[in-house]
Amino acid sequence: MRKDVVRRSQRDVLGAVLVGLSSVAMLAALGMVFLYAPREATMGDVQRIFYFHVASAWIGFFAFFVTCLAGIGYLVQGDRRWDALAFSSVEIGLTFITMTLLTGALWARPVWGTYWTWEPRLTISAVQWLIYVAYRMLRAAIEVPERRARFAAVYGIVAFVTVPLSWFAIRWWRTIHPDILMGGEGMAIAPQMVHALVVSVAAFTLLYVTLLWLRMRLERAVNALACLRAITLQKGHSDGTHHSSKGPF
Amino acid sequence: MSNLAYLLSAYAVFWILTFVLVFSIWARQRRLEREIAALADRLREEERDVYLRGTER
Repeated sequence: MRKDVVRRSQRDVLGAVLVGLSSVAMLAALGMVFLYAPREATMGDVQRIFYFHVASAWIGFFAFFVTCLAGIGYLVQGDRRWDALAFSSVEIGLTFITMTLLTGALWARPVWGTYWTWEPRLTISAVQWLIYVAYRMLRAAIEVPERRARFAAVYGIVAFVTVPLSWFAIRWWRTIHPDILMGGEGMAIAPQMVHALVVSVAAFTLLYVTLLWLRMRLERAVNALACLRAITLQKGHSDGTHHSSKGPF
Repeated sequence: MSNLAYLLSAYAVFWILTFVLVFSIWARQRRLEREIAALADRLREEERDVYLRGTER
């Protein structure tokens, strides 16, 4: 009991440290984007969307990578904590991919003259978004916990194919999407812009770790509730009373 | 819409979605903690009743 209280207070401290660090990092990223990075010559201020757009795409990809690794972990070890990690990471990844699509559209309108065009990178990103929305829906539709976890693990591994596909889309096919990292003619990038991008990516990575920590804490509460429900149900049966409960998970 | 409006909209999208995600996690956590506390109380009460019944006999 005492150990449990100590562990909980340690978790609270870790949570507070993570929230504090990611808040400071996000403020630093905003400062770099708006005060340090120079104004882009052709596009003007609207180019500043790119720092958070790229950083949120990075987090989306990274979150789906974590889901893929956690899926492999579950299939190898059968530990439900891997499944909780995979599901938590998809929820965060999906939010960040939604941000990427929306901020990309808001950048494209003044630069390309349209919010959306069916070019390879955008099309693959839209398909990727739908695939991970389907992951959540299909997961919710399976009631047996072991089947759900196994199905989600396989789905998470297969769905990860969309990440390298999206990454290489602008290199494999003719596209109007600018290639920032490997050069090209789409966008000239000054050293200060690279610094602002690096700080943004680091801040977003810290934000991802914080959100994942919060989301995993939620999964622990879900498990604790399921255990309590199972105990209540068992006691109900042994006492001859009936409690309406679905049991664990 | 001016270029600045697109820029502000994009950053607003980012902050709104981040806060929606944080709020949804927080709200679910609170609901679960309330349910856990209620169930734990019920279990404690049931255990106390069983104990009292045992001592009455």
